[in-house]
Amino acid sequence: MIRQILNRLGQGLLVLFVLFTLTFFLVRSLPTGPFKTERAIPEHIQAKMEAYYGLDQPLLVQYQKRLVNLLSGDLGLSLRLEGREVSEIISQSFPVSLQLGLVAIVLAITIGVPLGILAAWRKNSLTDYGAMALAMVGICIPSFVIGPVLADQFGRRMEILPAMGWSPLSPAFWILPALTLGLISAAYLSRLTRAGMLETLNQDFVRTARAKGVSEGRILSHHCLRGGLIPAVAYIGPAFAAIISGSLVIESIFAIPGLGTHFIKSIETGDEPVITGVVLLYGSLIILANIATDLLGVWLNPRLRSTR
Amino acid sequence: MTTTELEKGTSLWHDATLRLKKNHAAMAGVVVLAVIFLACLVLPSIPDLLQDPNAQSLALKNRPPSGEHWFGTDHLGRDIFSRVLYGGRISIAVGIITTAVSVTIGVCWGALAGYAGGRTDDALMRVVDILYALPFLIIVILLGKAIEPWTVDLTNWAVDLFAGKEASVSRQNETRTWVEPITTLVPLFIAIGALSWLTVSRIVRAQVQNVAKQDFIEAARSLGLGHARILFRHILPNALGPIIVYTTLTIPGIMLFEATLSFLGLGVKPPNSSWGILIEEGANRMASNPWLLFFPSLFFASTLFALNFLGDGLRDALDPKSSKD
Repeated sequence: MIRQILNRLGQGLLVLFVLFTLTFFLVRSLPTGPFKTERAIPEHIQAKMEAYYGLDQPLLVQYQKRLVNLLSGDLGLSLRLEGREVSEIISQSFPVSLQLGLVAIVLAITIGVPLGILAAWRKNSLTDYGAMALAMVGICIPSFVIGPVLADQFGRRMEILPAMGWSPLSPAFWILPALTLGLISAAYLSRLTRAGMLETLNQDFVRTARAKGVSEGRILSHHCLRGGLIPAVAYIGPAFAAIISGSLVIESIFAIPGLGTHFIKSIETGDEPVITGVVLLYGSLIILANIATDLLGVWLNPRLRSTR
Repeated sequence: MTTTELEKGTSLWHDATLRLKKNHAAMAGVVVLAVIFLACLVLPSIPDLLQDPNAQSLALKNRPPSGEHWFGTDHLGRDIFSRVLYGGRISIAVGIITTAVSVTIGVCWGALAGYAGGRTDDALMRVVDILYALPFLIIVILLGKAIEPWTVDLTNWAVDLFAGKEASVSRQNETRTWVEPITTLVPLFIAIGALSWLTVSRIVRAQVQNVAKQDFIEAARSLGLGHARILFRHILPNALGPIIVYTTLTIPGIMLFEATLSFLGLGVKPPNSSWGILIEEGANRMASNPWLLFFPSLFFASTLFALNFLGDGLRDALDPKSSKD
């Protein structure tokens, strides 16, 4: 078990290395550079700035330097925001994105899973069709349509909830963005939960339990839940990734000062250290989420434990 | 005569078609898709039928839907009906071409891994594992940005190709007007297609491994057929069902992806428009002119609905065992 986790972590490091290499060379091949602005900078000043940041050296030397610095935990200086360290930018804006993402994933689970269980339990009834139609709506209507509509309805017309902005301590600000962000994951989770629950509900042991007079609620919660949740749990890793990329869109719709906003700005300006920092952070989060998902899956499904 | 007719077996595809026809949601999906695709692909090519999607008119700005402008006009007086159809053409083209790129890579990669097995399989699948762990949207954004500068060269090359190098300036410009919208989309095709084949490759690999174990493959091998022939003529046709199903389900995913990129200002560029761009423009002005958001969203969501229902229906039809009920 522990060996497996270490194995996965080792593979994760390899992924991060590939990610860094890919990002570095992609960003350096961009035509936009942090010093190629519309205002012409005198050549000698540009040369000095490039020398200061080490951009005048051969690409491979820079790559090697960045790699060594990264290994010692130094993310470097932002090229666009003068004198600010990438780690400082991340530590300021990441908590906002993290909070948004966590609220969204909690909402997705609390909406999606019960809906899927209900649909499976009342299979082929109106409840089932209604729940699955709702899930289809969540999958097909993109967040960038739902977000502005919700913001307009609840924020500007009814004035119940703030239409934009963010405040870490007041939940009123969280509801609309987190709901929009979590909706698509909630939809997938409900479909997967339904499929998993249906499969377990069709097993012989459920028929035996029913024949013995076990109540429906107990059958659902004690007999089926653990097995039926396996497909949904396997989706939590990918859901995490979906929420991370979704937050780029949500942050721009609701004007939330998170990491996504910084990321889009730094792509437009070719600010390599910030881009690399954000990409590596997101990459590590996705890797950790995938490992955690696998562990949860093994815990839920003992049959996976005997392999190897 | 009658007995031979009775004894004639039904093929997998025949059965599947029958099952699909019984699935109302999937058939509704087919109809909706046919209507939208025909409207978007055919109507804009008929001359003088639609108004120019880029023609601006200050006198006509911000008109709500009416008999003359079915879907209203935007803040520059452009006709939304023709913008939605022209935009749909781009969105559909991106969806289909990118899916073709992605499925081709995925099928080849997965088939090779599944058929070769051993170390080749390990190496190929390790690459898939690594790419799987990358933040997809972010890498696509970077990749798209990095190959964007090439589009200028590509456009010039295509203009030379179609108009001829010595062609007159006016002829070159004429060619450019239809070549440019296509070549500016190429980075998008490549960037999304290059990373979205991972799931296809896993599905195909599993299928190929299953089929390759069966006796008729052994028979083909003992007849002395080459690897390529066995793989393409005997194994892949038997793995076609899941490939078709997954292809249908990939198109809406990729269309959604293109729209997300365009919404963020990183995808399709003006004067091209796509449903993503129209939705973004509509979302900015939805409080005063709700029709700007409504009609593009309606077309976009209907297409996604239809493709998803069709994909689910195909899965139920081609693989009854994996059916949800």
